[in-house]
Amino acid sequence: MALSNVVETPASGFNFENVSRNVALEGLLEGGHTKAPKPMKTGTTIAGVVCKDGVVLGADTRATSGEVVADKMCAKIHYISPNMYCCGAGTAADTEKTTDLLSSNLTIFSMNSGRNPRVVMAVNILQDMLFRYRGQIGASLILGGVDCTGNHLYTVGPYGSIDKVPYLAMGSGDLAALGILEDRFKPNMELEEAKELVRDAIHSGIMSDLGSGNNIDICVITKQGVDYIRPYQESEYKDKRQRRYKYRPGTTSILTEKIVPLELEVVQETVQRMDTA
Amino acid sequence: MCAPVIPRSLAKNTRGLRSQLKDSVPVTGMGPQVGAYGVQDTLRSGFSSVKNELLPSHALELSEKNFQLNQDKMNFSNLRNIQGLHAPLKLQMEYRAARQIQRLPFLQSSHLALDTLKGNDESISFEDILNDPAQSEMMGEPHIMVEYKLGMM
Repeated sequence: MALSNVVETPASGFNFENVSRNVALEGLLEGGHTKAPKPMKTGTTIAGVVCKDGVVLGADTRATSGEVVADKMCAKIHYISPNMYCCGAGTAADTEKTTDLLSSNLTIFSMNSGRNPRVVMAVNILQDMLFRYRGQIGASLILGGVDCTGNHLYTVGPYGSIDKVPYLAMGSGDLAALGILEDRFKPNMELEEAKELVRDAIHSGIMSDLGSGNNIDICVITKQGVDYIRPYQESEYKDKRQRRYKYRPGTTSILTEKIVPLELEVVQETVQRMDTA
Repeated sequence: MCAPVIPRSLAKNTRGLRSQLKDSVPVTGMGPQVGAYGVQDTLRSGFSSVKNELLPSHALELSEKNFQLNQDKMNFSNLRNIQGLHAPLKLQMEYRAARQIQRLPFLQSSHLALDTLKGNDESISFEDILNDPAQSEMMGEPHIMVEYKLGMM
């Protein structure tokens, strides 16, 4: 049915029509006791370290929604481009969508220009996008990558602030992780040493912070390629629940086998040519 | 916007208020949907509320509404400072030409030329993902939409 109060096509992008309705509803539902559902936050520990051959990023895998653990195997290290990965803390949906958009924009750019994107370009795109929305997109990101100018590690805050640093931790467990990093970081570390350092930093974040937990993921980016180790270390409190209930072939033993060949004779044969040019 | 008239009897305590109001920036863009006689068209847009007209309900509503315009203004003034007046004039002429080759208002036009000029074909943002006008659930009445566009309403 055509509506006669619509005089022009609605604009694309964000729609603010329901904001005043939501504000009114919050107060009305059961006299203000019922609240709107909380978005899923990642309540995280994420860390990154620049080493001699590349960049090592690490993250825990717990996602919380209020006081409940919503996801025990959440993937917080997002793919941006073949030479760049990004860890995200904050509201889970915001970090995922922002990194997806960034990755799509960089893919279009690299197809257009034929080059691999540089880390500064990704950081600038993120900064513009997050500043435009004045912090309403709750995404704190650690962006690490290797490009023709070297190994880089940047942090982007939800309001659009950036910082370029050799080692970094973000999220609710960042204070604990930063303590470990401040103590043991040395410039130009070896790769194995850097991996151990990041693992220890995330581990201390998991131990000291309620919002971080479960497994540790590590992502190593070097000039040769990317090694995404998921999980690098599993938590010892893992439960023994089976996630897949499909049985492998050979679970049931075969007792007897009888083969009866089916005899067919060709009655009619027609050939239709297909034009494959 | 002109300064408000404050009655003499209340002027004692409101001298400061007048200067505050004079400095405030007038808010445009949240005004009522004017109908034929310059007042709110209640039949089409429903009852009006002073608060909804003056204040935006969300922090981002105003800035998002004018974002593209402000970006364009900034870019054009930069271009004018660097290359001279001819550069933004030529670009705006091209934009105007591209904006004219659209379909009627109630049909979907692809905006291909306009997108290519503005560079929107090489980037993806929330405008391309959310609220795609081609998937909009509300359909407007064709005659009314064309009348509105031609300014006859």
